[in-house]
Amino acid sequence: MDLLLQYCLNGLMLGMMYALVAVGFTLFFGVLDVIVFSHGDTVMIGSFAGLATYWWLHSTYPGLPAGWAVLLVLLAAAATVALLGIIVADAMIVPLRKGPALNTLLATMMLGTVLRESIRLFFPDGSNPQTFPALLPGWSWRGGNLILRFDNLVLFCGGALIIFLVHMIINRTRLGMAIRAVAQDEEAARIMGVNFRFVVLATFALGSAVAAFAGVMNGMYYSEINFSVGLLLGAIGFSAAVIGGLGNIYGAILGGFIFAFLQTIGAVAIPFASAYKDVFAFGAVILIMAWRPTGLIAEPSSQRV
Amino acid sequence: MSRAAAIFSGPLGCILPAFLLLAWSGFFLTAEDQTSILLSLLSLAGFLLAAVRLGWVNILREAIAVQERLWDACLITIMLALMILFREDHYNLFLLGTIMAYATAVLGLNVQLGYAGVLNFSCASFFGVGGYTAALLLSGTDLPPLLALPLGGAVAALTGCVLLLPVLRTSGHYAALVTMAFALLFRVFLDVSEWFGGPQGIPVAPLTIAGLDFSQGILWGDAEFSFYLKYDLLLLLVLCLAYSITRRLERSWIGLALDAVRSDEVASACFGIHIRRWKITAFTLGNFLSGLAGALYAMMLAYISPANFTFADSLLFLSILLLGGIGNIQGVLVATVLVVIVPEKFQVIQEYRYLIYSALVLLMIVFRPVGLLPRKPRAYTGSPA
Repeated sequence: MDLLLQYCLNGLMLGMMYALVAVGFTLFFGVLDVIVFSHGDTVMIGSFAGLATYWWLHSTYPGLPAGWAVLLVLLAAAATVALLGIIVADAMIVPLRKGPALNTLLATMMLGTVLRESIRLFFPDGSNPQTFPALLPGWSWRGGNLILRFDNLVLFCGGALIIFLVHMIINRTRLGMAIRAVAQDEEAARIMGVNFRFVVLATFALGSAVAAFAGVMNGMYYSEINFSVGLLLGAIGFSAAVIGGLGNIYGAILGGFIFAFLQTIGAVAIPFASAYKDVFAFGAVILIMAWRPTGLIAEPSSQRV
Repeated sequence: MSRAAAIFSGPLGCILPAFLLLAWSGFFLTAEDQTSILLSLLSLAGFLLAAVRLGWVNILREAIAVQERLWDACLITIMLALMILFREDHYNLFLLGTIMAYATAVLGLNVQLGYAGVLNFSCASFFGVGGYTAALLLSGTDLPPLLALPLGGAVAALTGCVLLLPVLRTSGHYAALVTMAFALLFRVFLDVSEWFGGPQGIPVAPLTIAGLDFSQGILWGDAEFSFYLKYDLLLLLVLCLAYSITRRLERSWIGLALDAVRSDEVASACFGIHIRRWKITAFTLGNFLSGLAGALYAMMLAYISPANFTFADSLLFLSILLLGGIGNIQGVLVATVLVVIVPEKFQVIQEYRYLIYSALVLLMIVFRPVGLLPRKPRAYTGSPA
């Protein structure tokens, strides 16, 4: 029983991480109708930017309180990655969106490889896994076999807070209204005076900053980061966004938790080979796509001829 | 038409470029030091640029369009000549074999994506299904080894059938996800599966046809030719077969139906084209070709592991197709040669090759999305095809 609960807790943590990644995918799809596959590598860049910031802080201000360190690491990672997102969107994705969808998808996959290889080649000792510092105190609560770690709790709540903030930005601010308008009908939004380029870049900055949080969270959760994690994270985030139904933020969050749930089920329910958990999860994704071809919360669409 | 153009629209228009190509590739493949490799690449690029500027490319296109059989014969002759030239050189023969295997697999992908418009991000997985099928069949059963080739293709096609339902029901990004998920699933599955050798992979027994062992070199007088020569000949045969199948398919009414399905599903359905039937046909045929190529490639490698068939390899196949120009099978050949050979020969950039290669593909998608040799619209009148 305790073990099952432990699995559930781990699954929830994973789900929060995936949901944060998937939110980016679905935001970008909303405004530009494109899949930015390099988003997983953006997450990875976020964790490396956080690590670099920590190193710098650690060497310049050794006595910094942990709370400030966490905040600064997060802010620096978010700023770096948001800037990266803006550059990528402006230089590559906006110019490409008139072409076939396949080209954007392939171009962003190539961009993902470029980011991954850049970290591997140019980050100090980037080809090996890097130890991510434990920025939060390692208190834990133990009940039987169940271990509830304080830092995980903080990370989970932080993730929930970020999602809540994104929800508020989308639904309660002028920028959010503009984002929704562009997602609904780009031309009509332009006619109504929405600054299209600004909205797109702001969306990319927002989505990427959320990804940076997911990256730092990933680093703190596993206490290790690796340059190659971006591909799988990207595929998982994409799957989660698609399972939920592209363009729908709540669908993406749901999809993230579903994917984590599938992985956990795969690890628990297949006792002879928990290594098959990704096979199980991706197989389930394929089945879900066969059952609901446009995701669980279907995209409202009609084909005009 | 000028005098020169008149001369080069005849057989000479095919034979001279073919001869130049042979001379260049012979030089490039034998070049050892990095400066001569760089110089030969630069000279090729300069020559091609000049050819485009001076309109030679159009003359060549005309000449090829009129005398297609001659041009095909020229290409086969170039391949054979290179094999004879490098008869004792394991490395270059292996490169040639890799090119031909990859080209066959990409031809399969071309049937799917280029003709029917069915997205497939798991081409390398089907390539791998063929390879693993060959490995298991050759070591575990007493079947005639040559049968492993068509069976590799058939098993790949059958595996593809698992994906048929989701592939047919979804479209666009949703369809991309299905095949992508399959590619990732396949890699993880191979990694953790004991039966398939896990991450270390499994050895593939050499091919024997009628007592002829493909892992042995050929003794010819005093010289011993590399055993890769045999595989290369077989691969050339398979590539020619795949090439003529795709070419004939493209020109038949089936190709027309596939083009219609790709261009506009609703319109072609209105004209009575059975969309599902043609998508299934294209997907299965493409997977068959990829599996066939994979089976033969695995035998040539003699040892395969999951690392040969990753999602990145599927992307490699896709970018070969995109680089060549989606739908143009001659573009596929050109692009495969470039993508396989250039990083292999350029040892200086070895460490950075993935970075440079993906950055180049990225730039190409942004600045020339149609590829090097875009497919031309069908010509119903004018020069006979």
